[in-house]
Amino acid sequence: MAAKSSSRGKSGGKRGKAAKTTGAKTTKTTQPAARPNHPPAFTQEEEQRALRDMLLIRRFEEKAGQLYGMGHIGGFLHLYIGQEAVATGIFMARRPQDDIITSYRCHAQELLAGAAPKAVMAELTGRAAGVSKGKGGSMHMFHKPGHFWGGHGIVGAQVPIGTGLAFAAKYNGEDRACFTFFGEGAANQGQVYESFNMAALWKLPVIYVIENNRYAMGTEIHRATAKSEELFMRGASFGIDGEQVDGMDVRAVKDAAQRALQHVLSGKGPFILEMQTYRYRGHSMSDPAKYRSREEVQKMRQEHDPIEQVKRRLLEAGWATEEDIKAVDAEVRKIVAEAADFATSAEQPPQEELWRDVYAPVED
Amino acid sequence: MAVVVRMPALSPTMTEGTLAKWLVQEGEAVSPGAIIAEVETDKAVMELETDEEGVLAKILVDEGAQGVKVGTPIAVIAEEGEEFDLEALLAESGGAAAASDAVTGQEEAPAAATQDIAAQDTAQDVASPAVHVGSAAMPDEDDAEAYALNGAPDPARNLSITPPAEADPALPEGTEFVEQTVREALRDAMAEEMRRDERVFLMGEEVAEYQGAYKVSQGLLEEFGPQRVVDTPITEYGFAGLGIGAAFEGLRPIVEFMTFNFAMQAIDAIINSAAKQRYMSGGEVSVPIVFRGPNGPAARVAGQHSQDYAAWYAHIPGLKVVMPYSAADAKGLLKAAIRDPDPVIFLENEILYGHSFPVPQVEDYVLPIGRARLARAGSDVTIVSYGMGMHYALQAADALAQDGISAEVIDLRSLRPLDMPAVIRSLKKTNRLITVEEAWPVCSIGAEICRRVMAEAFDWLDAPVLTVNARDVVLPYAANLEKMALPTVEEVVAAARQVLYR
Repeated sequence: MAAKSSSRGKSGGKRGKAAKTTGAKTTKTTQPAARPNHPPAFTQEEEQRALRDMLLIRRFEEKAGQLYGMGHIGGFLHLYIGQEAVATGIFMARRPQDDIITSYRCHAQELLAGAAPKAVMAELTGRAAGVSKGKGGSMHMFHKPGHFWGGHGIVGAQVPIGTGLAFAAKYNGEDRACFTFFGEGAANQGQVYESFNMAALWKLPVIYVIENNRYAMGTEIHRATAKSEELFMRGASFGIDGEQVDGMDVRAVKDAAQRALQHVLSGKGPFILEMQTYRYRGHSMSDPAKYRSREEVQKMRQEHDPIEQVKRRLLEAGWATEEDIKAVDAEVRKIVAEAADFATSAEQPPQEELWRDVYAPVED
Repeated sequence: MAVVVRMPALSPTMTEGTLAKWLVQEGEAVSPGAIIAEVETDKAVMELETDEEGVLAKILVDEGAQGVKVGTPIAVIAEEGEEFDLEALLAESGGAAAASDAVTGQEEAPAAATQDIAAQDTAQDVASPAVHVGSAAMPDEDDAEAYALNGAPDPARNLSITPPAEADPALPEGTEFVEQTVREALRDAMAEEMRRDERVFLMGEEVAEYQGAYKVSQGLLEEFGPQRVVDTPITEYGFAGLGIGAAFEGLRPIVEFMTFNFAMQAIDAIINSAAKQRYMSGGEVSVPIVFRGPNGPAARVAGQHSQDYAAWYAHIPGLKVVMPYSAADAKGLLKAAIRDPDPVIFLENEILYGHSFPVPQVEDYVLPIGRARLARAGSDVTIVSYGMGMHYALQAADALAQDGISAEVIDLRSLRPLDMPAVIRSLKKTNRLITVEEAWPVCSIGAEICRRVMAEAFDWLDAPVLTVNARDVVLPYAANLEKMALPTVEEVVAAARQVLYR
């Protein structure tokens, strides 16, 4: 992508226009004073990174969906398409040592944590070269070098675990926080509030990232969630501050995450970020999505797509041409195509793998 | 560049479907997210969405077509005005056929794997030499080879089936023994491990200021401070999960449940998040954590506070499950559990907390998890038990001895791995076996021992194996009914006589 200007000010001038195109409300917080009116503009480098990361996630997920359709991937497959700005913005804000944990919709985090796309795709196809040796599948992926702790298939189960990762940071006196992702459906789980209580009580450095994509499987938020317009308030009775964020705008995500990180690292205890986002695909591959209209999905895609927002800003700032953006897309498509080729031709796990990893290996 | 659209699998079980309707016609433009067709699966009518930009250049399967196999080419999307050679395109993209190699290839592995399971599960030391008896710990002349699975080298020896090779440590000549309660032995084990390793900490309800609901953690707060002896809210699900997260990061949590009855609130975390973690991550994430607390019926606390969970947890691959009877075993096994790289369920018993046993005064007394203990040598009948059941088993052996019947008593100590070689060695000597436990009979540890004995030592039985259990009822409150519901020494004696036919 050609660099034509690196001035922050220039894109800053455009941000008002960009902000108008996002539909989610971005005004709610328990800490109004700390909240900027607009997300700060990205530098050219940040815009470029966001574009590439989000494109990688989208193309990867699209390819995974295709491989599922071709029978190469079995079982459940939950795609992240539409929600790319949330994981991408969080990863832009987090420091290398900060922990990340999420639900079964975990491919994006796995990729951003540094796992090789080939190994992630090979996990989806159940091959020995997969990130979990083909034994975890779509919902169980981990990447310890990148401090990514999965990949959890039971709704809400990762929330106390993430709280425990933060407990360990505090126990060890380490400069480390944990971003704990969960959906708005999981936000109704009892264990979430058990976690809130302990995190607030012990002032643990944990940021709860509620990915509010509006649908818990097929149940629209207002049908399952009381006071559904204010999930960021869910910690209020524990004294946990929170903020509602336009989760389709990667700049807003990164900015809010950065401030939340400062909050938890300063010893003030946990923080809640409600990311208002949207998934374009069904809950999983076998979801016919009859609970919402095609028009609703297309409207989100056309008006609020997180990747299109970045593209538009890059073009308007003169930081990239259409050709530059196509080149990034081509590069990413190539990575994903290679990952798919690898994942469909790699070896299946050897038979002895069946018995491995139930327990730690015994030293003879 | 033109791409072939194939009949997708839209659910985990779909093999073919009906192309119900084309929503885009040949020559019409499509963009990412556009719905191009409706496909009827075995479950529902699904929308087929495209990720491509271009035009629907060619429809290959007409609408209304039924039984279209997954993977069949159904259309081509190309760029506006793009020329393409359909046959070349199909050949290049995996052919015109439906099923891909990958799909059929996947069916080979499971059959072979099934064979593998059968071979490993039945591999046992059928021809092992005669049993040697007499020491306090189980004899160990059957070396590791005897436990090897079907002679196949197995670097990650499977503890689901085989116990560890190592035996109890030999005690130095002249080792002093001191009478200690189980409660004191457990506390000493935790204190020693906390002194040894700063990553070890204790958390649970009332473990700190209150000194433990059953006073097991007496003095630990004073020595180690509130950072390492952590009082939790009464939220088992939450703090069990929190402990698991701390273990992910390399800490060594000891999570105390006030009783295991309350761990039911946390059993999802224990099984789904702790036990399965290593396997699901292909060995990347380990969970070195101990869940401990009293288990089994106490006294007069009725239905919800009186249950033995040994068999529940012993069912789960990935867990190790221990239930000691004596103070020495409690100490040695808890120290082992804290050092173990995998999650360990450490079951105690409220009534046994106050019982005293001789505990060897040696530095760092650690016992292997997965090895039974010969509690009493005998030759006529084998009584296998664990935890509080040992209380009945040993008294029954005394009573039987008065009648000239020599009972051998084996304390399993560990329920997973289960030391079947020790049970079978004893059975080969006595040819008669009974089990004793305070749990319900259905799917119990006794039932599991019956299964294994049937498969692995059937020819050594001179009588059917009998199990002595609690009655299959909710534990009643009334003193007389409670007594009727639990096993008694008399029942154990009667069962032993029954398998001896005298």
